[in-house]
Amino acid sequence: MSLSKDRISAIARKEFFHIIYDFRTLFIIFLMPVVQLIIFGYALNLEIQRVDMAVVDLARSTQSRKLVGQFSGSKFFRPFFYQGRLDDLEDLFKSREAKVAMVIPFDFERKLQNETSVQVQFLVDASDANAAILIRNYCNQVIMDYNENRGVKLPLPFDLRSTILFNPELKSSHFFVPGVIAMILIMISALLTSITISREKETGTMEQILVSPVRPLEIISGKVIPYIVLAFLDAAVILLVGLVVFKVPFKGSLFLLTGLTVLYILTALSLGLLISTQARTQQVAMMMALLITLLPTVMLSGLVFPIASMPKLLQYLTYLIPARYFLLIVRGIMLKGSVFSQLLGPCFFLALLTLILLGVSVKRFNMNLER
Amino acid sequence: MPEISVKTENLVRNFGSFVAVNQVNIEVYQKEIFGFLGANGAGKTTMIRMLCGLLKPSSGKATVGGLDVYRQSEQIKRSIGYMSQKFSLYEDLTVEENINFYGGIYDLNQKRIQKKRDEIFFSLGMGDYARTLTYDLPLGFKQRLALGCALLHDPRILFLDEPTSGVDPKARRDFWEIIHQTVALGTTIFVTTHFMEEAEYCHRVFIMDAGKIIALDTPTKLKNRYKKKSMQEVFVTLVEKQQEKKTNPMPDSNDKMS
Amino acid sequence: MKVIEITDYCKRYDGVAAVEGVTLKVEYGELFGLIGPDGAGKTTLLRAICTLLTPDEGKILVMGKDVTQSIMDIRSLVGYMPQRFSLYQDLSVEQNLRFFADLFGVTEGKRERRLLQLFEFSRLAPFKKRKAGELSGGMKQKLSLSCALIHTPEILVLDEPTYGVDPISRQEFWEILRSIQKEKTTILVSTAYMDEADLCDRVALMHQGKITMVGTPEKIKASFHYHLYRLEGKDVRFLRDFFQKLPSVRSTQLFGDTVHVSFCKKPALSDWKNWQRDSRGNLKRWASQPPSMEDVFMESTEKER
Repeated sequence: MSLSKDRISAIARKEFFHIIYDFRTLFIIFLMPVVQLIIFGYALNLEIQRVDMAVVDLARSTQSRKLVGQFSGSKFFRPFFYQGRLDDLEDLFKSREAKVAMVIPFDFERKLQNETSVQVQFLVDASDANAAILIRNYCNQVIMDYNENRGVKLPLPFDLRSTILFNPELKSSHFFVPGVIAMILIMISALLTSITISREKETGTMEQILVSPVRPLEIISGKVIPYIVLAFLDAAVILLVGLVVFKVPFKGSLFLLTGLTVLYILTALSLGLLISTQARTQQVAMMMALLITLLPTVMLSGLVFPIASMPKLLQYLTYLIPARYFLLIVRGIMLKGSVFSQLLGPCFFLALLTLILLGVSVKRFNMNLER
Repeated sequence: MPEISVKTENLVRNFGSFVAVNQVNIEVYQKEIFGFLGANGAGKTTMIRMLCGLLKPSSGKATVGGLDVYRQSEQIKRSIGYMSQKFSLYEDLTVEENINFYGGIYDLNQKRIQKKRDEIFFSLGMGDYARTLTYDLPLGFKQRLALGCALLHDPRILFLDEPTSGVDPKARRDFWEIIHQTVALGTTIFVTTHFMEEAEYCHRVFIMDAGKIIALDTPTKLKNRYKKKSMQEVFVTLVEKQQEKKTNPMPDSNDKMS
Repeated sequence: MKVIEITDYCKRYDGVAAVEGVTLKVEYGELFGLIGPDGAGKTTLLRAICTLLTPDEGKILVMGKDVTQSIMDIRSLVGYMPQRFSLYQDLSVEQNLRFFADLFGVTEGKRERRLLQLFEFSRLAPFKKRKAGELSGGMKQKLSLSCALIHTPEILVLDEPTYGVDPISRQEFWEILRSIQKEKTTILVSTAYMDEADLCDRVALMHQGKITMVGTPEKIKASFHYHLYRLEGKDVRFLRDFFQKLPSVRSTQLFGDTVHVSFCKKPALSDWKNWQRDSRGNLKRWASQPPSMEDVFMESTEKER
């Protein structure tokens, strides 16, 4: 069975007309990533600064004041002294006056001099779990700094220090620009392709196409080509905004990123095709695509929440999310300057997913009007 | 002379420089089935909209059931019914639920709705279908239900838009039988259609072209006058004659209105 | 060779039969009408001929080729115009035509000539650049037909092409079909408008998935068993009620200011005189009325029951 180049280009050309005539959608396609970048880059900032900290200083000694001073010296905390009853500390969290409280015991000064360890109690508002973890880590860091200043050798067998690599300022925009690329690409490729095919079913034009001697692979290729181009342009726009506005570093090879982006787009397009073989109306296609692409990409790919901190079951599920692999690839290339040999794993999985999805959808693509 | 239900005098409606309805005079009697024919863009829809109180005329007079279309459009809307082939029944509701819904829209109280519902079930032979999803109804029964819903508030004038195109002939004849019964109870029926077989069921037909009346008479008399066997032939002959008169044929720009 | 040959075709959807054992032959070069109301199974049958549906039972041959085997061959031979307007509303008239020309692999030289021909009969040339969605009903229908004809098919299959189109455009459309037929194209057209049967060479009446009658319109009408009369009088409703009660009357139907009455036995003049007297002078005129396709259709479906 030979494919006709003329028929594929006829379909692709027609699809291009649809895209450029519908400039409202086109506008959204190019505006949406910019808006998302702004939301993720600015509003959804994961860095935590100037956390309100209630201090209950029962010791009221020189050392305890020094400890508090250490906290106010760090840019992460804004300590204030709490005078009320210990039992009512919780109310501070409820009224959001503090996110963390530190209780320094009566015998702080004495124990500090006589014993090897002293306990300071931290109470963290964990209603936002991610923030709570960060706050706890910051607290640890400040305590370590305090110990160091006092010249005390830690009782621990080793010195636990972490150095932050690749993103020294801990900028979340660096983290999110690659994420937004991953998300937008899957949106455009999967959502738009599935909609364009189901639209032909819904308006009846598919019936008219099917009575011509066109083959399934010709329809599919013709429909998909314009969206590859579109997705590509969009990726370029996001990258440009990321580099220029958010000053995201780009350490790796642009050539490699381009190549692997094509692979990812193909994965997403195959997913879109699969959806379109199931959905008979645009509305159903859209709901399915959103359900399958957008939400899992945001929630399960590691775009916002680290995969390692997910429940085991969800962790297994993430292996099915194409964006998971692409995120590793983009973040690797952009932030770490990874080379191809270091990205073989994610590439393999992406290619495998693509082959499976494409195979199933070509097979399921109906060449007649049977259901 | 029978009582007049709809009357227009030199009725005109312009859209910019385009004259959609041009000096139309009609008198429709009570208990009459009045057919309204015309090609696309002939001015049919504009005419109907004015008579339903949805569109103000540019000039001329028109009364519907004695109500003035300029000043009493709200009362007019309450005293007319409308049913089309594409009547907006909710396919995912049952027959009963559709009736209750439309009864609610016309602000009928529960007692009235119940009485009407029983009437529809009985007189339209739909009792067995009360709890059937509208989607599953045979087309002929969908049409009856649509008619039933359009008659819920006892309108004095009922507008039908291609009410029976596509249904099987038996269902169509049953439908017109019901229309005749409705007419006998005092309702005036206005039918617009492209479907000349429906025109044959009318007492009088009114043919419009380019905003003007080109014929108004009973189907029998029209057929006799032009020596044609069917209304289809009468219509085509009349409209073609009309179009030959025009040196410059009408552009197709106004068909959105029909 | 028959152009289309259908043998015992059955098609069910979720156990409900849409087409139930249809056998039909369409001859070369004829304009064949498939007449029946909505839901009769016309669309299912036409789609099956165009290889869009597979049979549950039976066989369909198009130019001797099986629709389940030679799908691509048949698709090149057949031009199909679906029931709904199925072109791209956001593309222009010309873009639509060129798209389908490319899909059917019409070569460049042939394409330009064909486009000119199609523009000529459809008179769409002045609207070339207009978006398909902005055309009037009649023009859409002609564009749709042009797209179905772009590859000069030998067989043209049209599913209710005149549905919802005004009578003038309908008339024009049938004239176009006649001119296409002259170019040795076999045409199979479905319609729910009974009066369009008269415009076909041969018709099949279809009802509830079955073919009830096949033949020329004249022959089919001649098969009407009853005697139909058109009656005029003062009070038609009274007249109708009066005749309905007579034992020799099969059915009555009100048509505006006349009543159609079909009798099982041809009434004699003396009968009419009696009725005139019995109806208290309400009966003014009576005349034999040739049966319409609708009358025949109803009779054929009643026999079925």
